[in-house]
Amino acid sequence: MLLRHRLLLASIPLAALLCIEAQEPKPDFSRDIQPVFEKSCYGCHGAATQSAGLRLDQRDSVIGKVVTPGDAAHSELYKRIAGLTKDARMPMGGRLAAEDIARIKSWIDAGAAWPEQTTQAPVKKHWAFIPPVRPALPAVKDAKWVRNPIDRFVLAKLETEGLQPSPEADKATLLRRLSLDLTGLPPTPAEVDAFLKDRSPHAYEKQVDRLLASPHYGEKWARQWLDGARYADSDGYEKDKPRFVWFYRDWVINAFNRNEPYNQFIIDQLAGDLEPHATQAQIVATGFLRNSMINEEGGVEPEQFRMEAMFDRIDAIGKGMLGLTVQCSQCHNHKYDPFKQVDYYRIFAYLNNSHEANVAVYTPEEDMKRAEILRRTREIEGELKRRNPDWQDRMARWEDAATHNQTEWTVIRPEVDDISTGGEKYIPQPDGSLLGQGYAPTKHRLKLTANTEMKNIAAFRLEVLTDPNLPLGGPGRSIKGTGALTEFEVEEAAASAPDKFTKVKIARATADLNMPETPLAPMFYDKTNKKRVTGPIEFAIDGKDETAWTTDAGPGLRNQPRKAVFNAAGPISNDGGTILNIYLSQKHGGWNSDDNQNNNLGRVRLSITSDASAVADPVPANVREILAIPREQRTELQNEAVFGYFRTTVPEWKDENETIAELWKGYPEGSSQLVLEERTTPRVTHRLNRGDFLQPAEVVTPGVPGFLNPLPPNAPPNRLGFAEWLVARDSPTTARAYVNRLWQAYFGIGIVETSEDFGTQGAKPSHPELLDWLAVEFMDRGWDVKAMQRLIVTSATYRQSSNVTPDLLQRDPYNRLLARGPRFRVDAEIVRDIALEASGLLNPKIGGPSVYPPAPGFLFLPPASYGPKVWNEAHDADRYRRAIYTFRFRSVPYPMLQTFDAPNGESSCVRRGRSNTPLQALTTLNEPLFMESARALAVKTMTEAGGSEDKRLAFAMRRVLARNPTAEEKTELLGLLEKERAHYSDAAHDPAQLIAGETLPKNATPPEAAAWTVVSRVLLNLDETITKE
Amino acid sequence: MPCHDAQFRGFTPKQISRRWFFEQCGVGLGAVALSELFGATAKAETAPADPLAPKPPQFPAKAKNVIFLFMAGAPSHLELFDYKPQLAKYNGTNPPPELLKGYRAAFINPNSKLLGPKFKFAKYGQSGAELSELLPNLATIVDDIAIVKGMYTDAFNHAPGQLLMNTGTMQFGRPSMGAWVTYGLGSESRDLPAFVVFSSGKKGPSGGDSCWGSGFLPTVYQGVQFRSAGDPVLYLSNPAGIDNQVQRDSLDSIRRLNQMRLGATGDPEIATRINSFEMAFRMQSSAPELMDISKESKATLDMYGAEPGKPSFANDCLLARRLVERGVRFVQLYHEAWDQHSQLVKDITQNCHDTDRAAAALIRDLKQRGLLDHTLVVWGGEFGRTPMMQGGDDGRDHHPNAFTMWMAGGGIKPGITLGETDDLGFNVVKDKVHVHDLHATMLQLLGFDHTKLTYKFQGRPFRLTDVHGEVVKELMA
Repeated sequence: MLLRHRLLLASIPLAALLCIEAQEPKPDFSRDIQPVFEKSCYGCHGAATQSAGLRLDQRDSVIGKVVTPGDAAHSELYKRIAGLTKDARMPMGGRLAAEDIARIKSWIDAGAAWPEQTTQAPVKKHWAFIPPVRPALPAVKDAKWVRNPIDRFVLAKLETEGLQPSPEADKATLLRRLSLDLTGLPPTPAEVDAFLKDRSPHAYEKQVDRLLASPHYGEKWARQWLDGARYADSDGYEKDKPRFVWFYRDWVINAFNRNEPYNQFIIDQLAGDLEPHATQAQIVATGFLRNSMINEEGGVEPEQFRMEAMFDRIDAIGKGMLGLTVQCSQCHNHKYDPFKQVDYYRIFAYLNNSHEANVAVYTPEEDMKRAEILRRTREIEGELKRRNPDWQDRMARWEDAATHNQTEWTVIRPEVDDISTGGEKYIPQPDGSLLGQGYAPTKHRLKLTANTEMKNIAAFRLEVLTDPNLPLGGPGRSIKGTGALTEFEVEEAAASAPDKFTKVKIARATADLNMPETPLAPMFYDKTNKKRVTGPIEFAIDGKDETAWTTDAGPGLRNQPRKAVFNAAGPISNDGGTILNIYLSQKHGGWNSDDNQNNNLGRVRLSITSDASAVADPVPANVREILAIPREQRTELQNEAVFGYFRTTVPEWKDENETIAELWKGYPEGSSQLVLEERTTPRVTHRLNRGDFLQPAEVVTPGVPGFLNPLPPNAPPNRLGFAEWLVARDSPTTARAYVNRLWQAYFGIGIVETSEDFGTQGAKPSHPELLDWLAVEFMDRGWDVKAMQRLIVTSATYRQSSNVTPDLLQRDPYNRLLARGPRFRVDAEIVRDIALEASGLLNPKIGGPSVYPPAPGFLFLPPASYGPKVWNEAHDADRYRRAIYTFRFRSVPYPMLQTFDAPNGESSCVRRGRSNTPLQALTTLNEPLFMESARALAVKTMTEAGGSEDKRLAFAMRRVLARNPTAEEKTELLGLLEKERAHYSDAAHDPAQLIAGETLPKNATPPEAAAWTVVSRVLLNLDETITKE
Repeated sequence: MPCHDAQFRGFTPKQISRRWFFEQCGVGLGAVALSELFGATAKAETAPADPLAPKPPQFPAKAKNVIFLFMAGAPSHLELFDYKPQLAKYNGTNPPPELLKGYRAAFINPNSKLLGPKFKFAKYGQSGAELSELLPNLATIVDDIAIVKGMYTDAFNHAPGQLLMNTGTMQFGRPSMGAWVTYGLGSESRDLPAFVVFSSGKKGPSGGDSCWGSGFLPTVYQGVQFRSAGDPVLYLSNPAGIDNQVQRDSLDSIRRLNQMRLGATGDPEIATRINSFEMAFRMQSSAPELMDISKESKATLDMYGAEPGKPSFANDCLLARRLVERGVRFVQLYHEAWDQHSQLVKDITQNCHDTDRAAAALIRDLKQRGLLDHTLVVWGGEFGRTPMMQGGDDGRDHHPNAFTMWMAGGGIKPGITLGETDDLGFNVVKDKVHVHDLHATMLQLLGFDHTKLTYKFQGRPFRLTDVHGEVVKELMA
């Protein structure tokens, strides 16, 4: 019975409940009917397409055909939208709102009046595709209320609706709201006091300026951007390996703190690398595009997932920057917006010409260290030159010798044995090399087979090459870009007897890098007790699986191409050709292929020669390239590079060489960052049928959709030009989309509710003129984000009390009219940050690698996680960093953040949900860090607030809520304190566990501390605590 | 994952009818009337706008709950269900070239030698369904299930394949079928999540958390991971030093303080918060009670092969039954262990040993308790395995063109085998069932036209089956 009652109530549409008293006016075609057709029907029955031959935008094809004026019951249109026939209900895949159906029915029954002129009128361009122009400020009656132009628009609407704005919120509430909005942290009691005491006319504005200048401002607003940028610290998909991209996250924080103009902010992220004299920061910014997931599960086709990443990038640009949903056009023309499939692939073409690069990046301190090493090196080299005036002659003689009598090598292009790769894909490159991509098994023995006509094959050369698509440029695939060759083996057979293979004995090997024997780094631990080492090239021909040749020359030197030569004991010759099986055994990775533990070679090229005296060229590849340039044409930098190698060949400069080598051992490790790097040879972009990379259709060139702004004159035909187009003054959506997202963060809902979609299917703006005014103001102020923040928070609209009366709640349940201030639960990260800050635990450090606060360990292990993941819980100050720094595994989201609706970075998100669930209650009640916060707040309260209970309670409450308790609250909380003190004084209830080793102030007993911990925990669990009021 | 417009488009805590709000919440009257909400009576257990309140389907249907036994990693249809004597005959030869036209394999060169079935098959039950010797327990209930041999999919890598099977697309960011079903039907359980997920086997699923995500649906529809040992739900236990009395005292204080704030601000969201805390408290006792399988009879434990306190697929199966008994809408068990590129014989034998008995027991147990009629049970993985060999002669690669699943209960026609593959088990030749068709059929059994269970996001109505899917009528009783 009860159940039925509930169901009944739940099934009545809200609109019906709210509209019960209102008399529905007679439907008008232009006002009531045509918009419904436009929104729901024209996609298939409009000017562009006429499914079943029907078009609903022309009177003659409707009236008398699917509509019988005066008789809805016999009108096909009505029957189909109401689901009264056995034919499919319209619109396909959805249904009209009950009130729209009712309106269409009464419109037909009333005679289906269809004014002549609407049939003639051209289809109006959708409002969001017309660039905004600054609207006139509306007149208002209560001009005294207005603080800035925002208020005029809001008040004008309120006055038409017959509503009054709410009074200003009290000062403490306002400061808490402002602090949470601008920095994501609650105000300290001292900050509240200072504000309460300040009676100057601009007391509030002073607070706004203070908070906008806080470095925590960048953290708060970066988080919103990072949602749209789908930022996370791991690759996603099955392996979901950690990636190191926090430089991008910190770049976003700094960009907000520096108040980088929004147009530049966008250009940097889309094309920072293409700007003149691009800085490291600008290159890092392109990490926006690289926040796509990477699938490296065994056996994947890397190109397929590069395509997925491309789709993801366009989606992120669409939702996050353009405010348009373009995903549909991946497979077909957009059903409702004028976005064609080819438009999609023209944008695609702009982005399609980049390497998926991974580069080394350095902090300012590391950069200083690098500069110092370089300076010292040049200084010692200068000293050598000064002491040896004949150095140029000597270098010339060395160069003559080094360029004389070079071995001729023939590159072979072997077939890859698929089974031997262990699931890695070795992709053939135009230069005959093979680039390792996709899954990287930590142990495999690659088999390559080649046919050759060469006689007397005497030696094999293995080049291990760099490539922008390898970690830090390679030449290996380890996270440092290094690799190790466990063993090099060759078999040969006569082409005439392809089954009779003989092992080729390798007599000796040489390489251009021979590091001393070194135990394998801990990251490659394979859970065996074997003594695994890397070192010189001999390790690759000693028949031992424990030893390997390494390309790792140490920091600053390791990401260079290397080569090794293997000489056969005797010449290999077969009449009619030879089949060679070459095995590159790579077994020096760690135990877990699902983590960053591979130590594979990244890009390999094989050559053969009949020159029995061949050795590995000791001259590094970059120097060899310079030597090919005529001496007089070389630059100073090139000369220095040649000298830098030449000096190492001079025996009597041993001391200096050793000093320099020693210097370089202190070279900073830096970090990595995924970025885009433009290719020199462009890719050809095709439209893809149904978005399938296996079905390329016609070739498309870069371009922008015609219904938006034209390309700016002189825009370069690359990503940079695309970025400039996106932030051009006449872009209809870019500025609107961003001011709308700012608005959404303050008021809970954007002026356009669908902040990711301003297209025809998106929601209509609640205050269209205000939106346009803000967008134009934003651009006129030079895309100044802080200026817009200031404008919003200093408005009377923002400063209203959020208390709501039943009448107002009924009139405007979602506060779209803004007759009151915003009140809603803060974002996941801030839920955590409030507890840490209120309890005094927060570590306010800005930036740096992501951190590992407590989390249940089993989540990171099978069978909860696909593979074992490392989560080294922080026990130092990193435990209490702000939640923006919490390491984010895409496949195992941090539970507390996930529970409070933080997106996990699998796709761009510009609008979070805001749920309210029991799992959230369990989290704030029981999760370890919340418990630690409760305990810390109790100790802080007892230590700092003096002895009286009233003072203590006020102290704790002000830290959490920025206000004093009411009398009623005080009674409740002191009652609880009393009760729990008694509880923990009872011998049966030991308070020790609850206070868990905290150092208590002298005057506090354990039961007292336990009772205060309970009270603090209650405070941290209040609705108000995690709500912006 | 939680990225949606739920609060304003779907169900919002504020979307509360006037009558409920003013009469029951007593806004303006402070806490007086509100306190009734949480009295011992069942009055207004949840707000009518509770997004998890039970909802009727579009049309009457038999299935009310789903248990999906997800065999992640992709079991070999050729070793378990789809006996191919011809494959045995052509063992060690290359497959016909026309079969391989346009075929892509994950690891192997498609032109690898064929590998005959590794196990013996026989016919069982009145239906005479053919099963491998690896499934002796399933053989005893084979007349209660429908075997679907004509499955095929679009994906041949694990993560995309699992996402397709769970969300209807290979892309991330879409709601899972469990989320869709709870969105459509709500939950009968007040004290437990509507959609519960377990994970057993060697590792977690390749698709990770997104396999049971809510996508753009409200986050309340997201699957909640349960553990069969320790705290079943994260942060379920009171912290050390907080006993039940202190927890109750604290919750009472929180409630009263929140009520005061509700009176002061008038924001009905606070009423929802109060409700959430009370349900959390109830879950603190109901979840451990649920997980305590030691109260089950020895016969029941033996039937499943379940051992209290020892996490296993068997325990999870038994828990799935207990969840369904308690009104939980959708239960999904992931057992990731079936990716036999090598050591096929050893590993698949082990997997069947770990799962066959419990899966069969689940059907038998549901049936004897009268739960099978309204519980739809589905067994299967993300794709099949190649008739070609990998890694010597003891492994198979990923194969999207054909695989087998089985279904039971909830309106499924028992004792049938649907679909047929060619002589090599390579392609489906009769009664093809795409993953989208499976989804359409599941929704149909639950009382939904799959084209009409939609959610508007980014300007268009989305559905589990995207723009595809045909109901497989032959599977329906």
